[in-house]
Amino acid sequence: MARQIGDVILDLKNISLRFGGVRALTDISFDVKEHEVRAIIGPNGAGKSSMLNVINGVYRPQEGEIIFRGEHRHNMNTHIASAAGIARTFQNIALFKGMSVLDNLMSGRTLKMKANFLQHALWWGAARNEELAHRAKVEEVIDFLEIEHIRKTPVGRLPYGLQKRVELGRALAAEPSMLLLDEPMAGMNVEEKQDMCRFILDVNDHFGTTIVLIEHDMGVVMDISDRVVVLDYGKKIGDGTPDEVKNNPEVISAYLGTQH
Amino acid sequence: MFYRETGQFKTSYGADQQIFPIRQDRIGVGLVLAVAFLVVPALAGEYWFNAILTPFLIFALAALGLNILTGYAGQLSLGSAAFMAVGAYAAYNFQLRVEGIPILVSFICAGLTAAGVGILFGLPSLRIKGFYLAVATLAAQFFIVWCLTKFPWLSNNSSSGVISTPTVKILGYVFDGARDKYLLVLAIVSVMALMAKNMVRSKTGRSWMAVRDMDVAAEVIGIPLLRTKLLAFAVSSFYCGVAGALYAFCYLGSVEPDGFSLDLSFHILFMIIIGGVGSILGSFLGAAFILLLPILLDVLLPELSSLLHLQLQGSTVSHIQTMVFGALIMFFLVVEPHGLARLWQIAKEKLRLWPFPH
Ligand SMILES: Nc1ncnc2c1ncn2[C@@H]1O[C@H](COP(=O)(O)OP(=O)(O)OP(=O)(O)O)[C@@H](O)[C@H]1O
Ligand SMILES: [Mg+2]
Repeated sequence: MARQIGDVILDLKNISLRFGGVRALTDISFDVKEHEVRAIIGPNGAGKSSMLNVINGVYRPQEGEIIFRGEHRHNMNTHIASAAGIARTFQNIALFKGMSVLDNLMSGRTLKMKANFLQHALWWGAARNEELAHRAKVEEVIDFLEIEHIRKTPVGRLPYGLQKRVELGRALAAEPSMLLLDEPMAGMNVEEKQDMCRFILDVNDHFGTTIVLIEHDMGVVMDISDRVVVLDYGKKIGDGTPDEVKNNPEVISAYLGTQH
Repeated sequence: MFYRETGQFKTSYGADQQIFPIRQDRIGVGLVLAVAFLVVPALAGEYWFNAILTPFLIFALAALGLNILTGYAGQLSLGSAAFMAVGAYAAYNFQLRVEGIPILVSFICAGLTAAGVGILFGLPSLRIKGFYLAVATLAAQFFIVWCLTKFPWLSNNSSSGVISTPTVKILGYVFDGARDKYLLVLAIVSVMALMAKNMVRSKTGRSWMAVRDMDVAAEVIGIPLLRTKLLAFAVSSFYCGVAGALYAFCYLGSVEPDGFSLDLSFHILFMIIIGGVGSILGSFLGAAFILLLPILLDVLLPELSSLLHLQLQGSTVSHIQTMVFGALIMFFLVVEPHGLARLWQIAKEKLRLWPFPH
């Protein structure tokens, strides 16, 4: 691969997260390096989604430390995370159903837009120019994801696979430096999966975007990720390159020992 | 009015981002405005201005205000009438107590006062949603009307809080005729509708809709939830406040707190349900529908009953009105939640394909 994996930009230390009596995450530590594709795998309910939610501040862990680009924090919050260039997609598509594809993508750029509501109301030159400039950027994403034909369609009317793609588009529209993807290929057919893989790798390759990815399809994970962390019952049971993880006895028993 | 949207290719994003990207829509809106500003004043009589056109515009403005909050930002409110009351009484007090303040400035100040009150009652929206938020706005409804009767200062010590508005004068010109007032209201409503349209098609509106559709995702994108919701409360209340001021100054001439009852709030809510939740056009369609339906039934029911040799009393007519309202609202809630505006859109799509069904 042409891209150069850089230094650690995200370091999670001894993260524990509980919901009442449920221990979603227990004492988990791992790191993410700049420009890499980092996968999180594990059986259902292992705490993978919770991990992503901790990284971008939707959940606040009771214990642990998050070091992002040298800044130490007890927890993230969504505002800091989004402003720092972390974008994400959700396991259960979280698009804005009543809006068109274009508007969904435009909303991804909210933080980059400065005009206020009064300027919008008056369609002031600056506000208008800003909307147009960002529209041009969004069109680049639309081209890249090959969704030109559905630009104006309300997302609620799109089939599942396309919705997943649009959600990736909304995250990409923010020009993130780190992309958190929660099962981007779940429920897709082989062809859609191939497309999605290609998009993810292209983003990573062209823009150097760091990618943290949850995926159940082992073939895909082993193919596209640089390093893999394995969770089970909220605990980390493996961490390393795809090959190392594949041959880790604990991981094998976790996957064979439970029905999925 | 049917036409094809295809075939009008845009060569720049500027052209595609126009307020009405389709030429026929532009022409249509231009025509409506021309008729409203030029033809109607020449043709309509006193009754039309007083009983239909002016109240229609004012209610459309209030419905637009509620639609911003409920339709676009997804925050259900039952307090629209109260925010109208704030606007009416604020405009009255600004006129009364600020020496030489131009009437348009006091309308704007009335809107701003309503916006302030709206923000205050919008604060709970960070914690509560849907039904519970509606109950909180219900509290606003009762509390504000109660305040207006309780504190005589607000109505300049008039008995039971009734206020009579002064004549409307702008730059020395007195708006006293029904037509004058209609034109003034029309101008204000047109400008504010245009501003609303501009807001909802830009970042401001997208943020409102994002919060409405999926608040977690909105937050993750970096849209601040509280600020976005409060802005919706403020802008919505501003619109309702100005509508209230116009209601007092250009429509009724004298109002009392009880005129801004929960009943009126519900009427405005029905307007957006029937007209179309989350649609500017829908606010106008809904207001027209709710306002015209009783008039239509008033005219039709006696005809119908004499045709069927039935004796109808006045109270029966109003009962039938209530029933028809109820039935319609249920119809729209169940069958077409996007209201008349959506039906209009579907009709256009169908007509475009006519006479070929595929
Ligand atoms: N908001 C929440 N409130 C209560 N419990 C939660 C919450 N979010 C997650 N959990 C619990 O935390 C545990 C881990 O859930 P999580 O969604 O992180 O698992 P996952 O690895 O993503 O599973 P899946 O593969 O099914 O998506 C589960 O037991 C779940 O019930
Ligand atoms: Mg999950």
